[in-house]
Amino acid sequence: MSISAKGEYILKRRTRPEKLVDKGFKSIVVFFASMVAIILLGILLVVFAGSLQSMSRYGLGFLVNSDWNPVTNSYGAFTAIYGTLLTSFASLLIAIPLGIGTAIFITENIIPLKIRNIIGMMVELLAAIPSVVLGLWAIFVMEPFIRPILIIMHKFMGWMPFFGTRPVGPGIAPAILILVIMILPIITSITKDSLNQVPIKLREAAYGIGATRWSTIFNVILPASISGIAGGVLLALGRAMGETMAVTMIIGNSNNFTWSILSPGNTISALLANQFGEADGSQVSSLMYAALVLMLLTLVINIFAQWMVRKLSLKY
Amino acid sequence: MSKINSNLYYKFTQRRNINNVIFTIIAITFTLISLIPLLLVLTYVLIKGGSQLNFQLFTNLPEPPGYDLNTAGGIGNAILGTVIVTFIGALISIPIGVGGGIYLSEFSKNGYFSKFIRFGTNVLAGVPSIIAGVFVYGIIVSTRIFNGASFSALAGGIALSILMIPTIIKTTDEGLKLVPNDLRKGSLGVGASKFTTITQITLPAAFEPISTGILLSIARAAGETAPLVFTALFSFYWSDNINSILEPIASLSVLIYNFALEPYESQNSLAWAASFILVLSILILSILSKLSSNKKQFK
Repeated sequence: MSISAKGEYILKRRTRPEKLVDKGFKSIVVFFASMVAIILLGILLVVFAGSLQSMSRYGLGFLVNSDWNPVTNSYGAFTAIYGTLLTSFASLLIAIPLGIGTAIFITENIIPLKIRNIIGMMVELLAAIPSVVLGLWAIFVMEPFIRPILIIMHKFMGWMPFFGTRPVGPGIAPAILILVIMILPIITSITKDSLNQVPIKLREAAYGIGATRWSTIFNVILPASISGIAGGVLLALGRAMGETMAVTMIIGNSNNFTWSILSPGNTISALLANQFGEADGSQVSSLMYAALVLMLLTLVINIFAQWMVRKLSLKY
Repeated sequence: MSKINSNLYYKFTQRRNINNVIFTIIAITFTLISLIPLLLVLTYVLIKGGSQLNFQLFTNLPEPPGYDLNTAGGIGNAILGTVIVTFIGALISIPIGVGGGIYLSEFSKNGYFSKFIRFGTNVLAGVPSIIAGVFVYGIIVSTRIFNGASFSALAGGIALSILMIPTIIKTTDEGLKLVPNDLRKGSLGVGASKFTTITQITLPAAFEPISTGILLSIARAAGETAPLVFTALFSFYWSDNINSILEPIASLSVLIYNFALEPYESQNSLAWAASFILVLSILILSILSKLSSNKKQFK
């Protein structure tokens, strides 16, 4: 601002370069933000375009055919799809009670806050361990340790198709256990957050009319935070389906279909990790088709999870 | 008047009180079970990996499996490779992530576009890491777009950046939202432009949450394997000049993956040593990011 000869104030206008910088900056950040959309669409397009050849050749039969044979050039992903669904749902089944139980324990005042904070931090540290290190541990430590247990399971429950084969090392069952370890931190931390968001008034009201701690948890706290918990569980499911390295290292990578969880199997992501580097021709296209199936599965689950958190959340 | 048949004293034998104790015990058991894997994994990595530590580990190259049964060499080029690939990923994802976060928090008017971008960020965060690898393979490795190079450090870095972008966008967006509006209004009120306000006032004020997000995403990227397996591939040599970014490059995570599946014991123990280095650096990064986010701000 300056004073003119007449003694009036003259408003300084922004200079042209200053305005240009402002506009330029805005367009740059808009472009950066749109990169998210560009990448997402790009991924879908690349995977879709890559799988066209295989799609026209096998159609939807690709999803139910369990024959994967690069030698005869015949591809079907049923073994991998079955493996993906089986490992992710089975690991979810084990991880849900463990994760929610842990989350309840570290949000209740059963033991001092300091210890609970340490436990919470340790669970989150588990999420920081790279999946390839968990895979290494699974190969050399966990799998040899649980093999006798799996053999006993086979002995007593071998009449069921799920336990029908004798465990020989890598297989679906150790892969399920390693997935449990990987999704446990997700379920625990998201459940913890949603339990912490339940207003303290609800809890006090329940205690006030004489409810015990656990009837309060089951009848008041959990129902109030169910949307967040369900969202977290779905996110964990998506993560379990897409998890690659640890599963690849321990599942055995066999494309022969069996119902048994004790035998080697495959998942879509393990199939990709194993064969993509050396594949060519129609095998690449078939792998892309399998990747498309995985992409769509996780996409649907993630979108559903986001919708669920938004729609079901109670407003206080 | 009939006598009231109950009293108000706590009775342990009541069903509700017994249930209460039982559920508490179950919760404690579940918590203990959840902690076991972390303790076991850390112990094994510390013992099996830590016992391999020596100076040659950092200076030598890994030897191809089966070449020498007594030793597998060192992991020097893999450590360097992980740093290079993660650095490339950070170089790409930090501007995009921080820029996108600035748009969402400072420019968007909560309209259709910004809702879509927020939604897309969450969806991108849920995309399996192997799919990022497939994508980069499809657009970069198989098309040989960069000077005819197929598998390269650059391709690996780009694959990692795809995984880092959502985290950085989200933490930048949330960090900037924590900055009090008074600061922005004050700056705009004294005549600063929007650009000056953001770069001089809002971004510095939100420096800590943003740096936390960046550190977290770097820690996560450093441990990623799936996107690197068929983009950066692996190499048994040093990546020591600028042309190396267009050549296949070694990384700790891919080294662990490759060597864990070898039938030779010396290769396996090298994988444990690499795990030790990798886990240690990732834990240090995670704890650093925790420390920077724990500082008090905006009381």
